[in-house]
Amino acid sequence: MKHIFKIITLLVAISALWIGLLQMSLVPRSHTWLLPIYFIVSLGCYGLLMVGIGLMRFPTCPQEAALLQQDISEANEFLKQRGVDVGSD
Amino acid sequence: MAAEKELKNKGGDKYSLIVPTYNERLNIALLVYLVFKHLRNVDFEIIIVDDGSPDGTQDVVKQLQQVYGEDRILLRARPKKLGLGTAYAHGLKHASGNFVVIMDADLSHHPKYLPAFIKKQQETGASIVTGTRYITGGGVHGWNLMRKLTSRGANVLAHTLLWPGVSDLTGSFRLYRKLVLEDLINSCVSKGYVFQMEMIVRASRKGYRIEEVPITFVDRVFGSSKLGGSEIVEYLKGLAYLLVTT
Ligand SMILES: Nc1nc2c(ncn2[C@@H]2O[C@H](COP(=O)(O)OP(=O)(O)O)[C@@H](O)[C@H]2O)c(=O)[nH]1
Ligand SMILES: [Mg+2]
Repeated sequence: MKHIFKIITLLVAISALWIGLLQMSLVPRSHTWLLPIYFIVSLGCYGLLMVGIGLMRFPTCPQEAALLQQDISEANEFLKQRGVDVGSD
Repeated sequence: MAAEKELKNKGGDKYSLIVPTYNERLNIALLVYLVFKHLRNVDFEIIIVDDGSPDGTQDVVKQLQQVYGEDRILLRARPKKLGLGTAYAHGLKHASGNFVVIMDADLSHHPKYLPAFIKKQQETGASIVTGTRYITGGGVHGWNLMRKLTSRGANVLAHTLLWPGVSDLTGSFRLYRKLVLEDLINSCVSKGYVFQMEMIVRASRKGYRIEEVPITFVDRVFGSSKLGGSEIVEYLKGLAYLLVTT
């Protein structure tokens, strides 16, 4: 099944649930009518939250940059001895 | 590295490293040196697919062949810049190993992680081992806030919509079984970053076993990035494409 159909199925299921709720009117109608809006808003919040958390916890590795510099000079030394043109800039 | 010593040459496995280059004169020799340093007891070859770089990348590669041997360093050049996706396919045609590693030449993909990829594959029997920056032990250096923001945004969007089952979709430091890579390359059509994402999403849909190893990604020191322009738009188009085709 193409992935888009999985998502559509999920959305249809959620809509069916919503319509069911509307019809049974367990909760006041005015509340049920607003549910899709809550749904969209919370989806948006979820997205923003995840991006926010991702940014705050963004894994960085400054020590790796220093290690790489060491590797580069080690490599340059070896390559120069073997007559490989490693550039000078 | 500890992993390095424990590596056994199991059943005559051979690894073909495909490295696409375009204007990587300053990086390619460093990369090759580091690969040989970190893969001591492993049977491997490095296939460099250069797209007619005007900066003399190929001259450096020829010098490297003198040092390391033409059987270890294969130069499989193409006349002009034809893009990354086809560069992998081109390199793959010349690969003699039963495993293929794809990595960038710009040292963002550090060869010191190669033993971890191989070890992970041997331990798990996975078809694909993919390097990820977003689990413990991984990381990125040298990105500004904007770059981080787009990366996180793209990742959240892709995970919400595609449920891919791997944490780093756009990274391209990966080890594949050769047959699996051939299968995937034949079914993938995207370009740029989307290509990496399409490969891993299709692989996951096809049910190939995918394992992850943490890698750190230091933004290139020499040279400049060749992917640019309207990347965000391309990315969104790619997402939509993957939604309806996978
Ligand atoms: N053969 C070939 N290699 C390319 C091409 N474009 C990029 N590359 C190489 O692909 C790798 C990744 O490219 P890079 O510019 O670093 O992309 P970035 O890391 O996403 O910014 C580097 O090794 C480049 O030299 C191309 O058109 N042809
Ligand atoms: Mg790069």
